[in-house]
Amino acid sequence: MTDATQNMVQRPGRLREFWHYFRENRGAVIGLWLFAGFVGVALLADLIAPYDPTEQFREYLLQPPVWQEGGSWAFPLGTDVVGRDMLSRLLHGARFSFYIGIIVVSVAASGGILVGLLAGFAPKWLDTIIMRVMDIILAFPSLLLALVLVAILGPSLINAMIAIAIVLQPHYVRLTRASVIAERSKDYVTAAKVTGARLPRLMFITVLPNCLSPIIVQAALSFSTAILDAAALGFLGMGAQPPTPEWGSMLADAREFILRAWWVVTFPGLAILITVLAINLMGDGLRDALDPKLKRS
Amino acid sequence: MLKYLFSRLLTFLPTFFGVTIISFAFIRMLPGDPIIVMAGERGISDERYAELVAKFGFDKPIYQQYFDYLWGVMQGDLGESFVTKKPVWDEFFALFPATLELSICAMIFALAVGLPAGVIAAVNRGKLFDRALMTTALVGYSMPIFWWALLLIIVVSGYMGLTPVSGRISLLYYFDNTTGFMLIDSLLSGQKGAFGSAVQHLVLPTIVLGTVPLAVIARQTRSAMLEVLSEDYIRTARAKGLRPSRVNGIHALRNALIPVITVIGLSVGTLLAGAILTETIFSWPGIGKWMVDSIFRRDYPVVQGGLLLIAVMVMIVNLTVDILYGYINPKIRKR
Repeated sequence: MTDATQNMVQRPGRLREFWHYFRENRGAVIGLWLFAGFVGVALLADLIAPYDPTEQFREYLLQPPVWQEGGSWAFPLGTDVVGRDMLSRLLHGARFSFYIGIIVVSVAASGGILVGLLAGFAPKWLDTIIMRVMDIILAFPSLLLALVLVAILGPSLINAMIAIAIVLQPHYVRLTRASVIAERSKDYVTAAKVTGARLPRLMFITVLPNCLSPIIVQAALSFSTAILDAAALGFLGMGAQPPTPEWGSMLADAREFILRAWWVVTFPGLAILITVLAINLMGDGLRDALDPKLKRS
Repeated sequence: MLKYLFSRLLTFLPTFFGVTIISFAFIRMLPGDPIIVMAGERGISDERYAELVAKFGFDKPIYQQYFDYLWGVMQGDLGESFVTKKPVWDEFFALFPATLELSICAMIFALAVGLPAGVIAAVNRGKLFDRALMTTALVGYSMPIFWWALLLIIVVSGYMGLTPVSGRISLLYYFDNTTGFMLIDSLLSGQKGAFGSAVQHLVLPTIVLGTVPLAVIARQTRSAMLEVLSEDYIRTARAKGLRPSRVNGIHALRNALIPVITVIGLSVGTLLAGAILTETIFSWPGIGKWMVDSIFRRDYPVVQGGLLLIAVMVMIVNLTVDILYGYINPKIRKR
């Protein structure tokens, strides 16, 4: 918190204005707190989880949560079919989802921004080629393309992340290119050009910072898409492989027992839903705060 | 208009060829030799191997292979399934009605609930109802639908025992596949209870597949309505003394629908992606389950052909939406 306050003192204008608008949206603030909790759990999973997520307690198979008959405080959220502690697995699952979000968004955003900048500044023929290639990627339903890519690369969490990053990347390209084209004809860019700024400087230092708002919003929203898609791939058996405590693959393991043990199904999905919901709430707030067109005057 | 039509078609063609290149490249990017994969664990003799290489044209230069492939695609030849030995094209169109039926029902469900919800929320902006509805919509939008499906199965099929958990119709009924749409076929068959059984099987998959589109439509309708409601002509209509239901329902909704229609058109891809998960969970014999099964069975010609057909379908729908949009709204054509 002190860091944020210092930042605000140094740059009072922008950040304070942003925070002012962001705070107005109560949902966004709730989302931010939930997300902060999620990040905290992801970072501290080793310390706060009562057991190792893969340790099997063979005497306690499918034990229900503590408030139900037969439950005990030893396993507050019950155990799964091979006697692993649900709570520990869920806490560690947060770590995997966090990694997935961070890595997918960084790869997709950095690649997409680079290609989008290139397309925005490139001669028309190159721009056309780049945009047609993006159209081709977008023609496939995202989950299907990710599935097929994983089929080529082989099922694993890393490959699932690569596939999702490839699928998400065209959105960044389109967004960046559209803002670049809108900015390129403005006076300050012409001025920079006249003073002799070279192309890389023009791209990265003059124009890019002014295109960032929609990209930041997109990054927040694709963070949640990445978590959802990775969980879906894990659920289909094409993402994280057992015994990795990834939420989607935990659900896949639990499918056979849905009518016998509701807790092995309910909790991982609830974890996904709450995380994704928190990020989407935050994303909505970010959009309202960063997009001047939608600002309530 | 003609010029607009041409420019749209002109961007369609390169994308189409790009999609064929991707699906062509798919089999060749797989690790390992496709013929060895096809032979499976039994192995293959050298002569048979050479024969198959010649049959699939793997001995020709790569551009020649691509043109042969493209030529085949143009004639509807997408190869044969390794597993069933039937043409991929035939399999696709035999299973497609199941997916179409499910998608149409999901879309109807999403519209029937989402549109009124969005309108009511916009009219009551800021009130409790609006906030509750928009929170629900955001939950729906964030929903991992494969988990949602399992929850519904636990509650509706498990505890309440209301619906079956898989398939399209009870095994008690058998009738000819006339249209491929179970709802219509079961009615045509005239068997008592067949239609009811088909509906029962359809309820949960429809809800699961329709949830995300429903949330998107409700949010989109609300924001489009809010924009329209602040326009001058709405104030005029109100000042004339028209009933609020007429102003909101006719004057405002009609114009608010334009962006909503775009969203519907663009959600075809979302529906197909959702169908992959929904069909897998409910053992619904459609395209989505077929693709997932084929990926697991390493039935690569099916994956290749399905990938191409699905992409082309999404592209055709998007193109149609674009053209319709230009037709409805002349301003778009000039861009």
